[in-house]
Amino acid sequence: MNKIIKLFNQKSRNILSLFFTAGYPEADSTTEILEAIEESSADMVEIGIPFSDPVADGKVIQDSSSKALLNGMSLEKLFEQLNVVKDRLSKPKLLMGYFNPVMQFGVEKFCKRCSETGVDGVIVPDLPPGEYLAYRGIFEKYDLLFIFLVTPGTSKERLKEISGYASGFIYAVSSYSTTGTSGSSALKPEDVSEISAISGLPVLIGFGVKDNETFRQACSISSGAIIGSAFIRSLDNSPHGIRQSVSLFVNNIREEGD
Amino acid sequence: MNVKAVADKNGYYGEFGGAYIPEMLYNNISELKSRYLDIINSKEFRDEYMQLLKDYVGRPSPLYYAGRLSHHFGTRIFLKREDLNHTGSHKINNTVGQIILASKLGKKRIIAETGAGQHGVATATVCALKGLECIVYMGATDVERQARNVTLMEMLGAKVVPVESGNKTLKDATNEALRDWISNPESTHYIIGSIVGPHPFPDMVTRFQSVISLEMKSQLKEKTGSEDPDYILACIGGGSNAAGAFYHYVENENVKLIGAEGGGMGAETDLTSASITTGRPGVLHACKSLLLQTTDGQVIEPYSISAGLDYPGVGPLHSYLHARGRARYYSINDDDALKAAKQMIELEGIIPALESAHALALLDKMDFNSNDVVVVNLSGRGDKDLETYIKRFDDE
Repeated sequence: MNKIIKLFNQKSRNILSLFFTAGYPEADSTTEILEAIEESSADMVEIGIPFSDPVADGKVIQDSSSKALLNGMSLEKLFEQLNVVKDRLSKPKLLMGYFNPVMQFGVEKFCKRCSETGVDGVIVPDLPPGEYLAYRGIFEKYDLLFIFLVTPGTSKERLKEISGYASGFIYAVSSYSTTGTSGSSALKPEDVSEISAISGLPVLIGFGVKDNETFRQACSISSGAIIGSAFIRSLDNSPHGIRQSVSLFVNNIREEGD
Repeated sequence: MNVKAVADKNGYYGEFGGAYIPEMLYNNISELKSRYLDIINSKEFRDEYMQLLKDYVGRPSPLYYAGRLSHHFGTRIFLKREDLNHTGSHKINNTVGQIILASKLGKKRIIAETGAGQHGVATATVCALKGLECIVYMGATDVERQARNVTLMEMLGAKVVPVESGNKTLKDATNEALRDWISNPESTHYIIGSIVGPHPFPDMVTRFQSVISLEMKSQLKEKTGSEDPDYILACIGGGSNAAGAFYHYVENENVKLIGAEGGGMGAETDLTSASITTGRPGVLHACKSLLLQTTDGQVIEPYSISAGLDYPGVGPLHSYLHARGRARYYSINDDDALKAAKQMIELEGIIPALESAHALALLDKMDFNSNDVVVVNLSGRGDKDLETYIKRFDDE
């Protein structure tokens, strides 16, 4: 069974998914970060494929993406790294990135390599349902879940359309913004219930979730949350190495509040 | 199958085009897609658009028989004088159309990207005309290089935001405008300056620019007895002036359509903007088209002496016309464009924009008959390029 589906079968609350950019801060950080996440109490991991023009991302992820490219990161290298650590990793893994690098790599070859290296799902924000249709069969052939985004502005009608293609979980964008903004969430509890009811899938909230408080807020109305920019920032500040930094970050997020 | 200049309902020209948008832009794009044709075909819109083009922009732009240039090349050359439009280029044909559309959609805030500043000035101008808030994203490098246009935009009431990400040029300004739109979906309309971006922008901007070839037909009829020229030459950055100049002739195979890309230091070098000559299909700014990119799919920073041609992609319409062999595209290097500009100034007393000079440089690459009718779309005037001209002409 796909590990993402298995996770949601076993756990329906407080799911923590961490996003980081492959090849950042150093080209070979990818495997170290993955192993650190494996040891932590995070539930899932999203690995960002760096791209030169990340239009849906705010400054932190943009900068990590440019740095990763300067470090010589590429999809080919990412799959090589994943291949090295795949047997040591048990948590669900997703690749997240813009369509062009995937298109140039070859969609079928990309999916094949994903399935060979233990990747369970894919998020491609600039491949909306209308364009995804042309590739749906390939993703399904390799048992890759294709995760769709919805926003606070997504209508009921559109949600129904997206639900026709969605699998795994719904990635609910919390506000009208790019990633990593500090704005408050525009998602109301009833929005999340509606997304869940219409799609029949669990909902994770992303964009703007950055600490213990925002994580708990997100968890109070959904199955959990995705933290990207704040996690990447924490990697910049890891005087005792990446492992300790990841463990500290996750513990802070998980800490029970009063 | 007939080659047409109109996108299908999903925004595709053959395999090129589409709408590769993140879900955050869905409502905006969907609203535009469902309403743009009804709005721009309505009588109310047409009346206002045509009246503004006439009385505000100064259309129709003249079709000028360039006698000395014709004599030099041994053929009959006409210049479509988009350089005489208000704000000095074809860009205003599009911004006038989009600002009326934005008003009909009830948008109060306008954003735009700009490279050299021509589209930024044309947008700031129509925002002043309609009293709408205007924010122009411009790469920090371009802000420095094009100080005069920054001053103009600010004088017109626009806020110019220098973009510090990436290479700090047009591509990055476009990324930042898209990010703004994601963050302000309800209040804002994004006036894209060329025939790029997600459907319906390429089709919509093409329609607004098509007035160029519409006028050409009657003007040629009057001057030559036939609506049809033998050749139409135009420069290609994103490709909006060329799309406008080609539009009404795409289905008429007797008319040869020729485009000039910014070759920079040469299409075979790293310093080029020739995305049709050397690019491969890829997705940038939500549309699939020919793109300058690495084998890994990272977008390569383009280079051209002309800031208006300095874009790594090209409108999907041109990728399609190229793939179908309906139009031919040449890469014109910086030096050839400069030479053509100088020749134009000396023979006709017209200082062309550096972009348009690339189209003029095509004259030297073609083999014309003496009775051929050749139209060059003179997309803009050269005031903005004075510094480059002074420097480079002095170097000779």
